[in-house]
Amino acid sequence: MRGSCRPNNPRDRTVCMTNCPTLIVTVGLPARGKTYISKKLTRYLNWIGVPTKEFNVGDYRRECLKIYKSFEFFRPDNEEGVKIRRQCAMSALNDVRQYLSVEGGQVAVFDATNTTRDRRGTIMKFAEQNGFKVFFVESVCEDPEVIAQNIVQVKLGNPDYMNCSSEEAIEDFMERIKCYETSYQPLDEDLDSDVSYIKIMDVGRRYLVNRVVDHIQSRIVYYLMNIHITPRSIYLCRHGESDLNIKGRIGGDSGLSSRGKEFAKRLRSFLEEQKIKDLKIWTSQMKRTIQTAECLGVPYEQWKSLNEIDAGVCEEMMYEEIQEHFPLEFALRDQDKYRYRYPKGESYEDLVQRLEPVIMELERQENVLVICHQAVMRCLLAYFLDKTSHELPYLKCPLHTVLKLTPVAYGCKVESVYLGVESVNTHRDRPENVNVQRSTEDALQTVPAHL
Amino acid sequence: MTNSPTMIVMIGLPARGKTYMSKKLTRYLNWIGVPTKVFNLGVYRREAVRAYKSYDFFRHDNEEAMKIRKQCALVALQDVRVYLTEEGGQIAVFDATNTTRERRDLIQAFVKENGFKVFFVESVCDDPDVIAANILEVKVSSPDYPEKHRERVMEDFLKRIECYKVTYQPLDPDDYDKDLSFIKVINVGQRFLVNRVQDYIQSKIVYYLMNIHVHSHSIYLCRHGESNHNVEGRIGGDSELSPRGKKFAHALRDFIEEYELSDLKVWTSQLRRTIQTAEELSVPYEQWKILNEIDAGVCEEMTYQMIQETFPEEFALRDQDKYHYRYPGGESYQDLVQRLEPVIMELERQGNVLVICHQAVMRCLLAYFLDKGADDLPYMKCPLHTVLKLTPVAYGCKVEMFYLNVEAVNTHRDRPLGKVPRDSALIHRRNSYTPLSSYDQVKRPRLYSAGNQPWLPLAPTPSALMPERLQSQVSGRVTG
Repeated sequence: MRGSCRPNNPRDRTVCMTNCPTLIVTVGLPARGKTYISKKLTRYLNWIGVPTKEFNVGDYRRECLKIYKSFEFFRPDNEEGVKIRRQCAMSALNDVRQYLSVEGGQVAVFDATNTTRDRRGTIMKFAEQNGFKVFFVESVCEDPEVIAQNIVQVKLGNPDYMNCSSEEAIEDFMERIKCYETSYQPLDEDLDSDVSYIKIMDVGRRYLVNRVVDHIQSRIVYYLMNIHITPRSIYLCRHGESDLNIKGRIGGDSGLSSRGKEFAKRLRSFLEEQKIKDLKIWTSQMKRTIQTAECLGVPYEQWKSLNEIDAGVCEEMMYEEIQEHFPLEFALRDQDKYRYRYPKGESYEDLVQRLEPVIMELERQENVLVICHQAVMRCLLAYFLDKTSHELPYLKCPLHTVLKLTPVAYGCKVESVYLGVESVNTHRDRPENVNVQRSTEDALQTVPAHL
Repeated sequence: MTNSPTMIVMIGLPARGKTYMSKKLTRYLNWIGVPTKVFNLGVYRREAVRAYKSYDFFRHDNEEAMKIRKQCALVALQDVRVYLTEEGGQIAVFDATNTTRERRDLIQAFVKENGFKVFFVESVCDDPDVIAANILEVKVSSPDYPEKHRERVMEDFLKRIECYKVTYQPLDPDDYDKDLSFIKVINVGQRFLVNRVQDYIQSKIVYYLMNIHVHSHSIYLCRHGESNHNVEGRIGGDSELSPRGKKFAHALRDFIEEYELSDLKVWTSQLRRTIQTAEELSVPYEQWKILNEIDAGVCEEMTYQMIQETFPEEFALRDQDKYHYRYPGGESYQDLVQRLEPVIMELERQGNVLVICHQAVMRCLLAYFLDKGADDLPYMKCPLHTVLKLTPVAYGCKVEMFYLNVEAVNTHRDRPLGKVPRDSALIHRRNSYTPLSSYDQVKRPRLYSAGNQPWLPLAPTPSALMPERLQSQVSGRVTG
């Protein structure tokens, strides 16, 4: 989105145009979820096509210090410690400048405590000099349970505490927090009234948003208001095997085969066994997912945006037929499966756009089962597992298998549960030969078996 | 359910921008395909009380008026219920002051009974300049003040505000209202307090409200100067300006200088013809890839005649449904609308902007600001060498056209006349939505119509509202 511009008169300060790079700066005591927020935000912005990178000052400090001894390093009167920490911050800011000005990045997330007005002032000056906009994200939380949970989830596995027992680590970390507490100057409604920021209170129960200046900042606020940390799981599965699946045909709107119906029954037992609290069930508006959900005997919701990718002129065709009628299209698709759009249909790229509200709602919800389709499931999976657009169209999403995603620490744990009902395989790998001149044999090399 | 209908309830003293926000929000939500309607209580009140006399009506100790006002609210809520449950509405915006806890509790009971979600939008403003400006801009022309005498209006209206202040109970995020979902907009968007956002659409609403503002500004839309392809009748491509196009760029520069537009931002696409136009202006400008013209896929750089000869079926399909039709290997207007959302958001945020773009792109932007739906959008007139100035006024947008007196070809293709046979082979995109326009927003209140059952057992019957001497003439209908 960013383009070039030529200021009329020479200035030593870079002109800050509408699409200037943005520097997001986290603020908050340790164990307030800053890194969690940074990583999720980075994930989301990259997902919607905004090149974003995070810069964690803790990582720089670990590079510099190699061995972490104790919380004493963080004491405000430890001069050597203070010097090293400032150097690390500067080094990180340099890399930020490199990323935003030279490497074509659009957003940089500067992940550190940044708890003093002084430090924040330094950062704002740096941003001004380089023509970046600044947006602060402060996390304020006084709930001791949340903080303890945080420490257990992410700090115990941290390289700083590799060689300690859990109790020692927790004790040390609590002391570390105390070192910051005395000098902590939260963003203030009056003193910081000219600064752009969002203050997140009590893990998202309440937000205070000040002076949002552009589109990307409001998008960030929008996203931050949708995420939470309540433990939950997302269950993804496809509809039961359909009649068209058996025939090796893509798309369409057919009903379940007998094996598909069997799967639906097994799914019901599976859910009953799991005893999932307040499970919400979502389907698309196509027969096969609806029929699957109907067997579960519980309320479910239909989303049009969960419908399978529209294959346009290739709807209801077998891969062999596509090769016969549209060999050029077939080859083009293999060359760039993510961006390729079926004539009169959609691309994975379109799907990603279309699924944004679903993803946003999934972030908001707690336990959800999404009964969807192969391409749709690939997109959802790629978002939660941080897969690239190269990997996305080839993720394995077999029929009759439930994937359970549980957010943990800074990522997502995946458990795959095959429900023991046989089905056809609908996964087509990328063939070796993607040349438009290739032979039919080469084109159909990886087509899975069907009737 | 996740997708239950939602009621947005405005809160705030008069002249705090509630109706402004209601209308803009409704416009935006309809634009992104969510059927939304505004229910303005003032309109219902004007129906019930034909002639507005003075602020006395709004005194909190005026019992008769209070009854009427409450009944109006109930009727409006009825209409909300019908809209959300029977007419396929997704969101209803309840535009009234709603300044007392009592009124808000009533609304919450209504919402609970009907299984709707509720989201409050409170506008808090203590800047007297903003309030005065508000009054002058929208209240002076209100139906309540037909004689439009400024000072009188100002005086009466300020007294009206005082009436409300007496009983105003703002949302209390720390205690009484801490479990409600709401956004408090402070001082025209300088600051926001957001509490317990429940779902996607509410977060989208917050996102939008954070992008709009009230300061006066104008948006200038124009196309690039005439290009070489334009002259040849070719669509798309990336050609340069023709000699006449260059002349237009000069004329545009003069236009900007003449109007002394301070701090004007200039945006172009990343295609040569808009960039060349901007270059002549000798001011800094910014290039947006998403402002590029609609991608005509296999039809790029063809003339309409060539398209008709080479792809007759496609040509016909496009005429049948120009909004949804997607060029093979290219885009549709619908794709464009999606693509342009960040630009629209940014235009809402900015001050004075000149957008130098392309025919299809300009149609989309224009349709958004002028509240046009998908049917009208692809046929809006956007001629070359003409600048459209859009100025937000009151609750809408004023348009002025400036033809800069440099001749150019006409690139506009009208809607084909007569019935175009609906081809059954037309493939409808299954997974998409269409922008609606927000016409016909206000329902006429049915205060005394038959069959108008008040839904609350405690609501007064119509007869109870009438002055005593007339009661005996009304056949009393006992309601539950």
